[in-house]
Amino acid sequence: MPIETWLTFLLGFMILGSIVALEIKDILSSIVAIGVVGLAVSLAFLFLQAPDLAVVQFLFEIFALIILVRAFIRKDFHVMERASSGRWIIGFTLIGLAAVFLLSLKVFRVLPPFGEPLMETSRYYLEHGAADTGAANIVAGIILDYRAYDTLGEVTVLLTAILGTLTVLRFRARDGKGGGR
Amino acid sequence: MTLYALCFALFLVGLYGLLTKRDLIKIILSSGIMGYACNLMLVLFGYRRGGVYPILERGREAGPMVDPLPQALVLTSIVIELGVTALLAALAIRLFQKYRTYDITKIRRLSG
Amino acid sequence: MTDKPAGMTLIIKTVCRLLVGLILLYGIYIILHGHLSPGGGFGGGVVLALGLLAVLLAYGREETLKWLRLGLLKDLEHASPLVFLLIGLAGTAWGGAFLANILSKGRLFALLSSGLILPLNVVIGLKVGLSLFLVVLAMAEFDLDKGAEE
Repeated sequence: MPIETWLTFLLGFMILGSIVALEIKDILSSIVAIGVVGLAVSLAFLFLQAPDLAVVQFLFEIFALIILVRAFIRKDFHVMERASSGRWIIGFTLIGLAAVFLLSLKVFRVLPPFGEPLMETSRYYLEHGAADTGAANIVAGIILDYRAYDTLGEVTVLLTAILGTLTVLRFRARDGKGGGR
Repeated sequence: MTLYALCFALFLVGLYGLLTKRDLIKIILSSGIMGYACNLMLVLFGYRRGGVYPILERGREAGPMVDPLPQALVLTSIVIELGVTALLAALAIRLFQKYRTYDITKIRRLSG
Repeated sequence: MTDKPAGMTLIIKTVCRLLVGLILLYGIYIILHGHLSPGGGFGGGVVLALGLLAVLLAYGREETLKWLRLGLLKDLEHASPLVFLLIGLAGTAWGGAFLANILSKGRLFALLSSGLILPLNVVIGLKVGLSLFLVVLAMAEFDLDKGAEE
């Protein structure tokens, strides 16, 4: 089977899973459905020849699942009786989003077709990456050598997000020994 | 072309959830769906027909490879997305601690 | 978590004690081979965090913190971007550009190759693993029922 068929199937599955996750009443089922969507994304990365991303997406999906379950699933948690807005708002939102979808279909025709990327910078990376960086994994060569500054910014964003989380949760390192102010 | 449109549809499903749901947990999940769609779209742009993964191997001659640049960008994006999800979850449970509800309309009402 | 018996049953504790070393070893393997195979600092860091998380879930919070020095972990986590920055500044000093790859490239496919990519991968793995573990720890000990205190 050509790769387009697989990817179409996977994307349809993802859309279905997302709708289920958003519309189902039970929160635990909702979170699990999101986990399934994330694993489908990981599978799609595998089909798209991106094993780096598949590994990372798989692991992060498991971790996100654990975080969400840890945060939101309680014994005394009750299902919300009206989780959605009113019927009018939903109707208008659906119409608006459908209009956006139909109007933007033309944009995708302008983009380079699937399977034929432009690869202007990447051609250089692929040809000279191994000699320039000495890394067999060209993706690692890009994120940690050619574009390491970008990665520094990413580490900073991660630090900020985690510090924000710890601050919001009033977390303190409580065993003395430095830290924990 | 079809794939791009489907990926955009996935993004719009996330946007729909973000706009219409009242539950904070559902809103966090919607933002996660939008993140998936963005990541997948970027990697879809980089696929090259007949290309292999951009990792050199001993004893394999260098054939055509897929575009490594979107993969490098998406790799960092996935991590940031997890950090943002954790931050949003922390904010949500703090709000729950204060207002005893995940319903954003009630939270707005209580804040006065 | 403040469950009545701290942690889970004896079977889970034993299995976890046997497995956690292997999980951490696998994480370190993924981090160190980041420039040769799929994975790298991000993936390996999550494996490290999941290994620590298995201990946290099996043994409960108090037991875990007895053999983990939390203050040290937190300092290490907050210092790792600084280490990244210092490596970058070393690149400025000796290589002429910020984050320039100043170490020897070595042979392709060798473990000790590709200069600065290996140490940077280690720093990122440390950062990602510890920060995710700290988040889960913070969520585990967050008391939802304390109510609005201010």
